[in-house]
Amino acid sequence: MNAKILALLLLPCAASAQGFAGLGTETDDFATPERPAIFDFPADHGPHDDYRIEWWYLTANLEAADGTPYGLQWTLFRSALAPDGGDGWSSPQLWMGHAAVTTPDAHFVSERLARGGIGQAGVTAAPFEAWIDDWQLKGPDFDALTMTASGPDFAYDMTLTAQGPLIFQGDNGYSVKSAEGQASYYYSQPFYEIEGTLILPDGNVAVTGNAWLDREWSSQPLSDNQTGWDWFSLSLDAGKLMGFRLRQTDGSFYTSATWITPGGEPTAYPDGAFTAEPTTTTNVQGRDIPTGWNVRLDAQGVDVSLQAINPQAWMDTSIPYWEGPITVTGSHNGVGYLEMTGYE
Amino acid sequence: MTRAGLQALVSHWWRNPMQLFTLVVGLSLATALWSGVQAVNAEARASYDAAAQTLGEGQFAQITSPTGTILQADYIRLRRAGWLVSPVAEGRLDGVRLIGLDPLTAPSGLGPVDLGDGELTVDVLTRGVLFATQDTLDRIAAYDVEQVASPDIAPGVILTDVGTAQRLLDLDDQLNRLIVAPEQPITQTPFNDVTPALTMRSPQGGSDVARLTDSFHLNLTAFGLLSFAVGIFIVHGAIGLAFEQRRPVIRTLRALGFPLRRLVFLIAFELLVISLIAGAIGVGLGYIVAAALLPDVAATISGLYGASVSGTLQLRPEWWASGLMIAVGGTGMAAMSSLIQLARMPLLASARPRAWAMQAGRGRMMQAGLAAGLLILAALLGAFGSGLVAGFGMLAALLIGAALALPVVLDRVLAFGASRAKSVVAEWFWADTRQQLPGLSLALMALLLAMAANVGVSTMVSSFRLTFTGFLDQRLASEFYVYADDAEQAAALQTYLTPRVDKVLPIQSIDQDIRGLSSEIYGPTAHATYRDNWLFLQSAPDAWARIEAGEGAAINEQLARRADIDIGDEITLAGQPFPVLGIYGDYGNPIGQVIVTEPVFARLFPDVRALRFGLRMDAADIPALAADLRETFDLAEANMINQAGIKTFSLDVFERTFTVTGALNVLTLAVAGFAILMSLLTLATMRLPQLAPVWAQGLTRARLGRIEIVRAVLLALLTAALALPLGLALAWTLLAVVNVEAFGWRLPMFLFPLDYLRLAVFAVVAAVLAALWPARKLARTRPADLLKVFSNER
Repeated sequence: MNAKILALLLLPCAASAQGFAGLGTETDDFATPERPAIFDFPADHGPHDDYRIEWWYLTANLEAADGTPYGLQWTLFRSALAPDGGDGWSSPQLWMGHAAVTTPDAHFVSERLARGGIGQAGVTAAPFEAWIDDWQLKGPDFDALTMTASGPDFAYDMTLTAQGPLIFQGDNGYSVKSAEGQASYYYSQPFYEIEGTLILPDGNVAVTGNAWLDREWSSQPLSDNQTGWDWFSLSLDAGKLMGFRLRQTDGSFYTSATWITPGGEPTAYPDGAFTAEPTTTTNVQGRDIPTGWNVRLDAQGVDVSLQAINPQAWMDTSIPYWEGPITVTGSHNGVGYLEMTGYE
Repeated sequence: MTRAGLQALVSHWWRNPMQLFTLVVGLSLATALWSGVQAVNAEARASYDAAAQTLGEGQFAQITSPTGTILQADYIRLRRAGWLVSPVAEGRLDGVRLIGLDPLTAPSGLGPVDLGDGELTVDVLTRGVLFATQDTLDRIAAYDVEQVASPDIAPGVILTDVGTAQRLLDLDDQLNRLIVAPEQPITQTPFNDVTPALTMRSPQGGSDVARLTDSFHLNLTAFGLLSFAVGIFIVHGAIGLAFEQRRPVIRTLRALGFPLRRLVFLIAFELLVISLIAGAIGVGLGYIVAAALLPDVAATISGLYGASVSGTLQLRPEWWASGLMIAVGGTGMAAMSSLIQLARMPLLASARPRAWAMQAGRGRMMQAGLAAGLLILAALLGAFGSGLVAGFGMLAALLIGAALALPVVLDRVLAFGASRAKSVVAEWFWADTRQQLPGLSLALMALLLAMAANVGVSTMVSSFRLTFTGFLDQRLASEFYVYADDAEQAAALQTYLTPRVDKVLPIQSIDQDIRGLSSEIYGPTAHATYRDNWLFLQSAPDAWARIEAGEGAAINEQLARRADIDIGDEITLAGQPFPVLGIYGDYGNPIGQVIVTEPVFARLFPDVRALRFGLRMDAADIPALAADLRETFDLAEANMINQAGIKTFSLDVFERTFTVTGALNVLTLAVAGFAILMSLLTLATMRLPQLAPVWAQGLTRARLGRIEIVRAVLLALLTAALALPLGLALAWTLLAVVNVEAFGWRLPMFLFPLDYLRLAVFAVVAAVLAALWPARKLARTRPADLLKVFSNER
């Protein structure tokens, strides 16, 4: 599609050196997250137009009846060209949707773009609905959702039911992203049970599994000296773990993690408690991408190795990145999702 | 030791800086021509693409409404039903056509507008920016909207964001049509369930222009390779000469015990360094050549930094790489035989004077055999080969064969001349010219190839231009085209238009398989427009008259080739047999086409009604009629196409490339002229021992100089005479073999004798210019130097 336009537009300084996809640019007149984070639901499930960037990010680890593992992604990004502005076509709000299905030997991706202000894409909080074109993530409410997406060579139709509470990342939903204090509002719903049908070139596949939805918004989530991130969501036998590692230009990392008990009790860990080290790299579209990892959170006795189910899960979209399902072995066993950005 | 060896080798260049100059300049020019052509090709392609995008609104399927407007809500409903469609709002603004697109969803963005600048793009989306040529912008100065001049947009058209267009045209929440993206998701609600009131029109094959130009570019690339071949001949000559003259050094080095292997390696290394330097100069020169040749394309600083700016030449890394690679590869090719010779040379043979030239003489029989073999191979490939590889193989065999044959043929011709010589001087002239042939043959081969390339390329380009204009005349024969949205409007339009224009030509067509190939059947009204503009490649006698009488059909070349249909064969239309009476060229169309006359079409397909009309009329009346139709029928802009304007615009675009190839022709000849100059200069010093006795017998130096010039003219004329058939064979191969293999249709070949004559004159002028300096030098040689020949033992 119009990749160059989008890269320049949707995430304003993607082409510059200021961090991945321009997430490290100045905030100008946009609102910035503040501590303490106070949420207002269901309104906060909807968009926050005065922040530069926001997403509804869902990933799912799925399994077919024959045991074949699958991964699925449904993401809606909102990006504002300006904190306020006109309506209709001249609205500064732009939307980008990414959908993907990963199988052990294939990775299907589609991307949609839309202008805000004309109804082609958007989010309403109650009843909850997030959509771009025919793709939608729709509830009566946030705990019971249906989800569809389609591309030129795949489609899916799923239902999701939440089995636990919302999890607030960082300091009660105020997630610090750098030593300089850049932060975002960040909460998750990691307890969805998901089932439905994948429509793939080889036929339809009925699948079940669990899904993880991230909600995050900010105006400058990254610091100028951060070039990309490695983000992990793990569903383990003894609990769930969200951890990320922000790569900085001097070769150091800023890390953050949340341990979630099966009952939904979160414990946030500051910079340094969580570590992630690449163990295997794969050549993906001419880039060396780490697709095997060793991840540790000593405070919870977590020391696991992660392997990509399909190392070629490259999102060849306007802003390219790697996103795919992983298997977890070691001190804990389970599945998860891995997202890696900024590997140019 | 290596260092001493290298020093000894390099010292040769110190002593013969002219030779080094020849080598570097020859290689640089060859690389420059190659990369210049590549650059022109790439840039021309980009500007065609831009033109095709402005012209090619028909290349995508379109959704229209009988009312002329589509509710924006219907657009959203289609998107939300899974239809990847993109909105268009359009209309007239002070007599200028305003087209509003949505850059995020349009299959080709904002067409030729480059939205590479983030801030500008934000303005485009949120505030509104108008893009048009400066001329067009000058006509709408009154609007308070940011304006940006964009030379690639068709004249009289403004491109802008759909929201801006809606605002300027007062189209509240309304659109005029939707463009359907070529690739759609696998799940979507059926179109008629979402918006039953709208209609979808399939693509009109608007990318014909692009397909036609693909062929042009392939041929231009072949020309680039040819130019390079010319350069390589020069390099080969220079390297050969350098080896020849360095024989004493090589012998001495080897006699002193310098290992042969290391010697070969040193020479190869030396050539690598020279070729890298010359290649770099060549790429730079090529860039300048291309920048100078493309009048509208300025090579700005941004090119150096790789910033993407529309309309400027890009200095891309792959361009550098390919230029350098071809320089090094070409030098390697040219030096290979010399290196092998060196490696095999017996130690003591090395110092024999002119061994290289004599060896060339001894090899003449072998060369003649090789040349004959290659020419036979070319003929065989032409007759029996199939596929693009065979086409290019034929091209290569033809060129190399002809180049190798040149000295042999010239030698025979000169021998014939000598046998007819009446005077002593004439006899000496013929014999001396023959004697010089080995030394000049490489330069002459370069001239032969340069001329042949020029003949071939000017034939190809001019044939292409004639074909293209003919194609435009055929395809856009009517001055003005009008599309109706439904049958009712079509009938009303026809009634309304008939008294107002010279002739209304309904265009009706239906898709049907002919012999299993998907084809479209047209039923045009019998009119001079078709007789005059649709020229047959092959036809039965009285073809148009018989087709108009309903006795048969005409088909396009694609259908004829693919289904193997000849004149007189029968095809079946709606169950009835029709003989094929004519086959017409239909450049760029990927599918088959059949033409029967209107009454036959109406009888075969009674349900099909024409929705399109071609109007023959005075082009000057078009704007007034368009205004009438807008008023009376509420006809949308997209339903009216002013083909006269489009035709002028596309011809302008092509004209640019034609100018460029003309300039490249002159350059290639200049390179060949340079090769002759260098060869003559080198020969001049070597030939002193042969000239001195002639001088001593009474021929003045001035006369000797004049004879030199006559010789150059004679050789150039002989070469030109041989180059003409070679060039024509080359053009024929490009048009009738390579093009058919690559694109499935044949470009008709036209001959341009005046062009060839001019070329021959150019070649002679180049040869005379090249001979002038050596001749002058000879005329001014001091008698003392000539006398020295007799005192030196040699």
